[in-house]
Amino acid sequence: MHIDTDSRIEHLQDRWDLDIGPSRNLLDLRLGELWRARDLILLFVRRDFVAVYKQTILGPLWYLIQPLLTTIIFTFIFGSVAKLPTDGLPQFLFYMSGTVIWTYFASCLTMTSDTFISNANLFGKVYFPRLAVPVSILITNLIAFAIQFAFFLAFMGYFVLHGSVLHPNEWMLLTPVLILLMAGLGLGLGIIVSSLTTKYRDLRFLVQFGVTLLMYATPVILPISSFPKRFLWIIQANPMTPIVETFRYAFLGAGTVSLPDLAYSFGFMLVVLCIGTVIFNRVEATFMDTV
Amino acid sequence: MSNTVISIENLSKAYRLGQIGTGTLSRDINVWWAKARGKPNPMLKIGEKEHGNRDGETIWALKDVNFTVERGKALGIIGRNGAGKSTLLKILSRVTAPTSGHARVKGRIASLLEVGTGFHPDLTGRENIYLNGAILGMTKQEVRRKLDEIVAFAEIAQFLDTPVKRYSSGMYVRLAFAVAAHLDPEILVVDEVLAVGDAGFQKKCLGKMGDVTKEGRTVLFVSHNMGAIQNLCSRVLLFDRGELALTGETRNVVDHYLKTSYQDQTIDLNNCRRSGSGDLHVTSFHLESLDGQKQMSAVSGEPVIFVIGYENYSKTLRKVSVGFSIHTSNEVSLSIYYSHYSNFYFDDLSPHGEFRCMIPEFPFSPGNYLVGFRVIANGIELDWPKAFIPLTVVMEDFYGVGNFNNFVVNSGQILLKGIWNSSK
Repeated sequence: MHIDTDSRIEHLQDRWDLDIGPSRNLLDLRLGELWRARDLILLFVRRDFVAVYKQTILGPLWYLIQPLLTTIIFTFIFGSVAKLPTDGLPQFLFYMSGTVIWTYFASCLTMTSDTFISNANLFGKVYFPRLAVPVSILITNLIAFAIQFAFFLAFMGYFVLHGSVLHPNEWMLLTPVLILLMAGLGLGLGIIVSSLTTKYRDLRFLVQFGVTLLMYATPVILPISSFPKRFLWIIQANPMTPIVETFRYAFLGAGTVSLPDLAYSFGFMLVVLCIGTVIFNRVEATFMDTV
Repeated sequence: MSNTVISIENLSKAYRLGQIGTGTLSRDINVWWAKARGKPNPMLKIGEKEHGNRDGETIWALKDVNFTVERGKALGIIGRNGAGKSTLLKILSRVTAPTSGHARVKGRIASLLEVGTGFHPDLTGRENIYLNGAILGMTKQEVRRKLDEIVAFAEIAQFLDTPVKRYSSGMYVRLAFAVAAHLDPEILVVDEVLAVGDAGFQKKCLGKMGDVTKEGRTVLFVSHNMGAIQNLCSRVLLFDRGELALTGETRNVVDHYLKTSYQDQTIDLNNCRRSGSGDLHVTSFHLESLDGQKQMSAVSGEPVIFVIGYENYSKTLRKVSVGFSIHTSNEVSLSIYYSHYSNFYFDDLSPHGEFRCMIPEFPFSPGNYLVGFRVIANGIELDWPKAFIPLTVVMEDFYGVGNFNNFVVNSGQILLKGIWNSSK
């Protein structure tokens, strides 16, 4: 008996490195763990970047072709055929600015929303911080965005040389903030959707559709000034609106920009991230039982 | 600080049927609607009712499991399919969370629930080593330090910069295991990894795991291969329907497990496809010791009696020869032996009885085997049941040197024993 007590005390005093239990702190993102997995995140980025364009002829050139084609199509259909207004900006630059910045948000959201389903096999066999996957997606897309952004700047230069009058201004300095906002929104919404898709696969199809729909509710194609008054509240409620508008104003000098609107986007992002974290932590613990 | 590196306390895991969701909203509504009308859940698979430790709508994959593991020990985990072994490993690997209870662990834990997890076919061998290493928890520096060792172990040096989709399946598995084997965790959790690859590769894996425990690390090993369990583990946990049924020394627990699982096996011979004239049927099979005691496993190098039960439906059978074959668990034939090889025939058979064959020194190494039967008379097939009966072989002091599980890893399928000397 005496010995038993001793070993019990000793046992309790042990320092355990890992305690696997049923409940976790739902608001804890375990960022320390994520930081220690930074090598893994970078390798995921590398994998996604390298693997996507293996066995393609044009390779990474696709990063330039995609926004270029979209812009050309938009310019043709919405600009030349439908003759939609563009706040007096060159149509090509107007659509390209919208496309480039929208693509970052849209691909962050759609790719993140697939996290659990497309990695089910991997997640089912080995543990690593699950957030490593969505975070690596944000970084992969950031690289693509950087390339496309530089491409956009090149076209800006071309248009200026050919006599267009653009007004790039000090709001450009906010670009990193815009990127952070989009990354946060994309990540937050993405992990909410991806957590819910472990239960309801239907959502996967809704996401594709929803993102396209959301694009039309964002001034990517139609400037705010031309939106019908009845629908204006939708545009204003959309947290992506201030981001696209600010970006366009900063580099092309047309549109609106307002700090309260950006603050609204920021608040929206925080709420989405909090909800996302809670749902993610709940699902992460047991999703293998449902997938 | 005590020597305990894993402590499992009241660990339970429940799977809730019908509340988990079925994958689509419409089906969930379907289930909910059936429940509301008092009908059974339409999404339950037939036969699931009998499965596991069930409690209303809940299946307890693990129920109140308690045990501890000491540093440097290899612990075996056995049990039938669905006994909760894999669930335990999944909880320890943090793939899924327990419903209640705690598992506490000291040091880094690495789990090998599958080799090659996270390999990307388009990336080269080198890129995959880094990626797979990182997924398993290694830093870039650690992988870089071990790269040469890993490549040498996997024997793929000349293909290091080829995409792994061009690899043969053997190279793929070797590379995957090599990465995992060089993880150097304090605790290694292994689940049936040995089920893949050829015999040589399996032995290599076993050897590597043996080395790991010798270096003072702890291994948790789940397997259906009793021979491998015997080689590697000093202590074994037996799970049955989510509960810890027995824990103790390897030999005792393995014996107990075989005894309980043997009860179902006579059924196979009576309800299987068979060919032959049907004048006689092989109906049962078991092992006996020399003093007539029923035995659950054969012991390498020791005498054992094969007892083959039969039903005889004919009065005229003469010159009957009884044969049995022994196969690996992959059904590769290792040995065929008919009584007429030894010029022995059975005549004047009673309506039912047993054929007996005493093998003075059973020559197979520890492991799981399969036994098949065929009975002929005058070149005519009387009965050939198309079913294999599992046969487990365990090891005692085969070489008579008082030390019985150090050699088996490198011993091959059949054990030899001879008298050595040298001459000038």
